[in-house]
Parts: sequence; structure tokens; C-alpha cells
Amino acid sequence: MTVSQNGVFHQTYSSDQQLRPTSWQRYRIVLVFILIIVFPLLVGNRELRIANTVIIAAIGAIGLNILVGYTGQISLGQGAFLAVGAYSTGLLMHQGLPWWLAILVAAVITALFGIVFGIPSLRLKGLYLAVATLAAQQIVGWIVRAWDPIDGKTDGLARELAIPNTNVVLGNRLNTSEITFYVVAMIVLIVVTMLATNLFRTHIGRAFIAIRDQDIAAEVMGVDVFRFKLLSFATSSFIVGLAGGLIAVHSTIISFERFTIEVSIEYLAMIIIGGLGSVAGSIYGAAFIKILPEILREIGTIMTEQGWLDAAEFDLILPYIREAAFGLAIILTLIIEPEGIVKVWRDVKSYFRLWPFSY
Amino acid sequence: MHTVSMSRFDRPYLDDPPERLQLDVENVSLSFGGVRAISDVSYSCYPGEILAIIGPNGAGKTSMLNCICGLYRPQRGRIMYGRHNLVTTPPHHLPKIGIARTFQNIELFSHMTVLDNLMLGRHVHMRKNILQSVLYWGRAEQEEIRHRQFVEHVIDLLEIQAIRKKQVGALAYGLQKRVELGRALAMNPGLILLDEPMAGMNIEEKEDMARFILDINEEWGITVILIEHDMSVVMDISDRVVVLDFGLKIAEGTPDEVRQNPEVIQAYLGEEEPA
Ligand SMILES: Nc1ncnc2c1ncn2[C@@H]1O[C@H](COP(=O)(O)OP(=O)(O)OP(=O)(O)O)[C@@H](O)[C@H]1O
Ligand SMILES: [Mg+2]
Repeated sequence: MTVSQNGVFHQTYSSDQQLRPTSWQRYRIVLVFILIIVFPLLVGNRELRIANTVIIAAIGAIGLNILVGYTGQISLGQGAFLAVGAYSTGLLMHQGLPWWLAILVAAVITALFGIVFGIPSLRLKGLYLAVATLAAQQIVGWIVRAWDPIDGKTDGLARELAIPNTNVVLGNRLNTSEITFYVVAMIVLIVVTMLATNLFRTHIGRAFIAIRDQDIAAEVMGVDVFRFKLLSFATSSFIVGLAGGLIAVHSTIISFERFTIEVSIEYLAMIIIGGLGSVAGSIYGAAFIKILPEILREIGTIMTEQGWLDAAEFDLILPYIREAAFGLAIILTLIIEPEGIVKVWRDVKSYFRLWPFSY
Repeated sequence: MHTVSMSRFDRPYLDDPPERLQLDVENVSLSFGGVRAISDVSYSCYPGEILAIIGPNGAGKTSMLNCICGLYRPQRGRIMYGRHNLVTTPPHHLPKIGIARTFQNIELFSHMTVLDNLMLGRHVHMRKNILQSVLYWGRAEQEEIRHRQFVEHVIDLLEIQAIRKKQVGALAYGLQKRVELGRALAMNPGLILLDEPMAGMNIEEKEDMARFILDINEEWGITVILIEHDMSVVMDISDRVVVLDFGLKIAEGTPDEVRQNPEVIQAYLGEEEPA
């Protein structure tokens, strides 16, 4: 149950429709911003690098959640969409575009790509659509492994794409200066969070949710279901394309290993664990999935230091432990709180809002 | 074609009131494989009236509504709403020409709040594009608030102020039915199709619902087509009645005429007596 705010009376519809109506919600925002600013000053380079992967994942997860969580169109093509964003960014930078413009254009390309792979959603639902989006995964995988312009050698094979050294902000390269990348990516995340939140305050976002909940009723209510599904694919893919572009400028070279079907599944895990149909949940889920392996590695390091485990052996089994931990996390989420971390957090908040009268 | 001036009705206008047009169902037949759901049915619904469609289970009443709103395509016949041929109109165009409906098995957006469900009723009247939408700036915000005002009128009419921020899936059945009516009203329709709006309700809830239907008909001037099994309600509130049985129209007329029709009595034998 969500707890309504007692004692808050709105005088106008416009104040009622504000995102953060009460002052303590505004204080919390200020607190979050302070954290965002002081965090990089407090931690080392390794933590900052992890934070940066979380930020990229959070942007990608928000994009995926728009499509899967809000519109109800299951996609297994997240890896492919990220790849389109990343490779387009790299190739456009090779054409001489500044990195930021390359990312924006790449996001538009990814959106168009999303529309094309959204067309089967006219006929297909659920698992069938998921299988159709697998086609995106296969096609992109094939192109980036075989298309000569990617590595510049004309041998019918493409191994990896080198990112040009034009990914520079104020003299710092985005792939070597973690703090520079942190600032850039955090700005993108904040903007994407705001835009996505706004989207679901308006009729377009409502139409997405309506399609998920009851597509026939949505149609009779005047929603052109097919058009809005494509719009959802486009919006979602645009944001995923931004994440892909950030992956590119954060790298020296990119290769397809970073965009496989496992990546698609990892992103689905993020939004399930974080909370389907929640912008904040996308961020929590991304943080969880990206930080969990680091914690596992920490534990492993301690165990090898204690002599309980052989270091080489641990490196060998770590990927499997990681997959198992993801699986366990998803199962636990579905059993304990299907609405995800965001719901747990909401419950904690309402508990304290009512405290000490929490019954 | 009758079109009645709407100015005398106390309706909260945002947009132009939709034209209330005459609905003409002409020789409509619909079958599913071998099953004939509707056979050569014709009738009209005049602007401003409450027309009830009654008949035993499986008579083809819901199929009839589905034909009107474009979810089913009859194999034969025409359905004219003014100059619009509804047989060739895609369902999502219906709100634009002023037709709204509710469903027999509630089809609300269960994870949305009551308010958002009703706001979805305003969908076709909203213009902002995706860019204005994500920026939620100026015009976009004004548009949302303007439509919120219309929706609040509907909330007042249906007396659901207390639940506007509640998630629809968590509401009692009777309230959900009321919200579904509200969502249809939010479209500002000229014609509203109600598929068993009182099914599964207790007496008190039925009385409320009957009152709302009369209110929207008399005060907002909305034409109503109503499917209902409770004969006392039908006889009380409808102006005319069409009776279907096994896909055939077996009678049409005022409640009194229909009640005395021997074929109708025959069709209802073994079911329930028309009150
Ligand atoms: N989509 C469909 N596919 C196959 N048969 C259908 C379909 N929809 C309706 N029918 C059949 O058409 C006939 C009429 O059904 P309909 O739902 O219109 O009846 P109804 O008068 O609304 O009945 P009830 O009072 O039980 O709601 C039934 O025999 C039903 O089985
Ligand atoms: Mg029915």
C-alpha cells in the first residue's frame, strides 16, 4: 500500500501535479545532489570506474524499462541496441564528428533501428515478440563481426573498433580520466531521468502504460496502439543508444563481446530486480547488478587471502558464481517483492513517515 | 438526421461538444466459423435516447457492441453513425467521432490510478508531441491541467473524489465499474455504449449506477446504448428496447410494448421472467 500524505492539501491542480510537492521531498533531492557531487571526491579511481559503469547501465536500464516495464513489450535485443549506439558513435567520430554530436546522432540511428525491430510488435506479443527481437541481436552481431569499415581491414572480418582520440573534454580523455567521464555521464543520467519521469506525467506515457495493461481497451480509448508501440520502441532505443554512445567514448576499443545476448539478459535482470515500470527502479537495479560482482570479487579476495580458496581456481569459477547470484537475485525478487527494490524503498519511506504510528 | 443543440445541457466543455448523430444498424450479420452470432439485425438509435439491448446469454449483445466500435467486423451489413461507416472505421478513431464504451468484464488499466485512467479518456484530445512531453514545459503542462479540469468534473459527477489517487486494481468491483464509466465519460462522447454496467452489483450500487446513467443522459445529453440483464432497471430507465435472441432481433419498442410481446416472453421462459 502506498501511504498518502496526510496534511498536504493542494489548492490547484498544477501544484497537485508537481513531481515533488512536499518540502521534505525537495530536501531529499538536494541531499542526493550533494552526494553526487562529493562522491567522486571521496573515492578512489577503481570505485569511480565502477560508478561509471553503473551510470551507463542505469541509462540503458531506463531505456529498456520504458519499453518492457512501461509498455509491456519484452525485448531481448538490448545488447544489439547498445551495440548500434556504440558502433555508430565510434564510426561517426572517425568521420570527424565531435564525440557529443556523434553520440546524439548515434542515438537517433538507434531509435530508427528500434522502430524497424518494433514493427513485429504489430502482430506479436510476449514471448513471440521477445524471439523476434532476438533477430536484432543476431543481425547486429553478424554486421559488427563482418563489416569491413569497422576495423578498416578489407578481409570480410571485423574484430574491433578503435575509438579515435577525439573523446576529449577540457584536455581530458573520457576513456582515461574517470572523473571527467563521471561528470559527463552523470549529467546525461540526470537529464534522461528527468525526461523519462516527465514522459509518464503526460498522455504519451499514459498511453504506453495503457497498452501494457489492456491493449484492446487502449485502442477503444483512442490510442493508436501500433503507432504508440513504435513510439515506445523509438524512445526506448534512443536512450539505449545514448548509453551505447557513452560505452564507446569510455573505451579505447569496442568489440561485440560487450553486446551479446548475456548483456540483454543482464539488463532485463536490472529492471526486474529494480522494479518494472519505474524510472528510479531502473537506477537501483543497475546499481545492484553492477555492484554485486564487485562484492563477490571482494569476498573471493578475502577468501583466497585466508587460504580457503586458490586464486586461479576462483578466477575460473567467478563468472559462474556471478550468473548464479543474478539468478538467485531474480528469483528472490519475484518471490519476496515482485515490484522490486523500488517498492522496498517506498515501504521503508512510508514506515518512517508514519513513525512512530506505523500500524 | 436529428442533431439537437447542446447548449441547454450543463456539460463542462473544453472542446466543442461532439455532434450527437443517429446510429443506424443495417442488416448486420456476423459469424465465427459456423457460429452465427448476429443474423441480419437492423435498428436505429436516436440522438438523446437511452436504448436498451436485452436478450438471454449468448444472444449476441456484446458482439453487437463490438461491431459498433470496430473490434469485430461484420461479414454483411452497414453501421452508420451520421455519415461515418463504423464497419470500416478503426477502433481508435471512435473517440474522435464521439463514441465511447465500457466492457462487460471490466477492462481498466489496473496499475494506474483512477485519475490516470480517466485522464487516458482525454487521450484523443491531447496534442503535445514527444519532445514537449518529455520537457513538460509550458504548453504541455497547461494541456495536462486543462484536461485535468474536465476529468475533475467527471469525478464530481460520479462521486469518486475520495479514490482519485487510488490504484484501480485495488478497488472494489462496484467502484471499478463506476471508474470505467468515468473513463468513457472523460472522452466527452456523444454516444456511450454500456455493456452490463450493473452486473454483479448490490441493489444500492445498482441504484447509484442507474442514477448516473440518467444524469449523463439528461444533464450531459449523451445518447446511451445499454446492455443489461436486470429487467426492472431496463424497464425503468430506457426509452426503447431492442430484444435479441440467438442472434436475431425478435422485438423492438417501448419497454411496455416489449414486455407484452409473446416472442419475448417465450425467449425468456426458463431464464428469468421479464419483470
Ligand atoms: N470472439 C469470438 N469467437 C467465437 N465466438 C464468439 C466470439 N464472440 C462471441 N462469440 C459467440 O457469439 C455468440 C454471442 O456472444 P455474445 O458475447 O455476443 O453474447 P451476449 O449476448 O453478450 O451474452 P452474455 O449475456 O452472456 O454476455 C455466442 O455464441 C458466443 O459464443
Ligand atoms: Mg455479453
